[in-house]
Amino acid sequence: MTGSPLFRIRGLVKSYGDLRVLDGLDFDVLQGECLTVLGRSGSGKSVLLRQLNGLEVPDAGTIEFEGTDLASLSEYDLFPFRRRIAMLFQGGALFDSMDVYENIAFPLREHTELGEDEIRAKVAEKLEMVRLSGIEEKAPSDLSGGMRKRVALARSLALDPQVVLFDEPTTGLDPMTGATIAKLIRSVDERLGVTSVVVTHDLPLARTVGDRVAFLDAGRFRFLGDWAEADRSDDELFAGFLAGREEAEDAA
Amino acid sequence: MIDPLRAVRQTGEVALLTARAFAALVRPPFELGRWVREAEQIGVRSLGVASITTIFTGMVLALQTAYSLPSLGVKYYIGTVVSKSLVRELGPVLVALIVGGRIGSGMTAELGTMKVTEQIDALRSMAADPVKKLVVPKLAATLVMLPALTVIGDFLGILGGLVIAVLQLDLSPGFYINDTLSSLTLADIGSGVGKAFFFAYFIAIIGCYNGLNASGGADGVGRATTNTVVQASILILVSDFFLTKLFYILS
Repeated sequence: MTGSPLFRIRGLVKSYGDLRVLDGLDFDVLQGECLTVLGRSGSGKSVLLRQLNGLEVPDAGTIEFEGTDLASLSEYDLFPFRRRIAMLFQGGALFDSMDVYENIAFPLREHTELGEDEIRAKVAEKLEMVRLSGIEEKAPSDLSGGMRKRVALARSLALDPQVVLFDEPTTGLDPMTGATIAKLIRSVDERLGVTSVVVTHDLPLARTVGDRVAFLDAGRFRFLGDWAEADRSDDELFAGFLAGREEAEDAA
Repeated sequence: MIDPLRAVRQTGEVALLTARAFAALVRPPFELGRWVREAEQIGVRSLGVASITTIFTGMVLALQTAYSLPSLGVKYYIGTVVSKSLVRELGPVLVALIVGGRIGSGMTAELGTMKVTEQIDALRSMAADPVKKLVVPKLAATLVMLPALTVIGDFLGILGGLVIAVLQLDLSPGFYINDTLSSLTLADIGSGVGKAFFFAYFIAIIGCYNGLNASGGADGVGRATTNTVVQASILILVSDFFLTKLFYILS
């Protein structure tokens, strides 16, 4: 199910002040795979994700998407790519001035010539996909955290993207809702054949959705491979992370 | 408390936002629906405060002029004094301060909340331009509505003066109106409306800039909102001096 590299990331560096958050990352994201990036809180996982659709510009390095270096593009030149690379934000980031229907219709109104009937059908289809049919008229503030994320997922799928970037999709949710979201991501990946990158510190989620897993620490990947390799990894820190061990006193 | 380096950087960023906003303003598609909604929010809903401000200012001007200089027979020039000071000076400045506080803080709170809840990033991630979607409608609506509110306010303020002139100072309405119309020139009105136009720009651009650059949760949005009110008010009062000078040179 996975194929040739869709993203080719080389020498990716991003600093905030003196803090080097990403320190020369090299990796590929393969066509059709789900790459899960694990890391401790504050390890720069979200920063990494925000480079992949150009929300932030790296200090050095290239992010090739189908041969185009996204890092070299201006905001407007990124627009055609962002229509194909959707992002699901940590808090959902639904527009709270609009109801659920208008939220999901927004990208369709922006980028397609669809009439109102077709938009209505498309919104219903996407809501069905996240198993929230019939809540079009609700305001985002009336939804629970888990529902907000599912609506946000429906919105990010509205344009039938090729890639979906997930920023901590289960953070702030109870374990059961988290498991629902994880299954939903898995089914979306399988049904739509999208390539996805999931950034998280939620191990059950990572095990459910991830074809491959990366472990980000101190700006570099200490591990990148499939789950079978991950479970055999002799990297002390990564093994400790997977086992949920406490940080050693002398650890960096 | 003022950090000069930061002030220079912010001025530069505001200039950059201005350039981006005006570039987006003239680039189709024009989202008139959004503009009209903002115009209603900014203009129509500010009519009450703007009216009260100028009516009472006109009344106070009439009273003060008559009572403070009784021996000079100033009361026969009440129409001139009230209309000139209102139209050239107090109308645009007071309306801008009152309405600016209301709408500038509203803009910062709205955009700031969208910023800290990643809604601005969400817009960008869906290949939409936050400047085009959010800043342009607010800027366009303010540039149209603040001068309009100022003209309405001037008119109501002059009526306020009329009420005092007739009820308190025993002048005939015809005398007051005649005095007003014969002294008020097109240059006076142009100067007042021109000022309102500049003030509108300051309010909208500062309101949007502070909102788009808010960070640090609810606390950060609160601070950004306060900054907008303080910065816009100061800029209105300081620039008013230079604009007054400019419009006298021009006329």
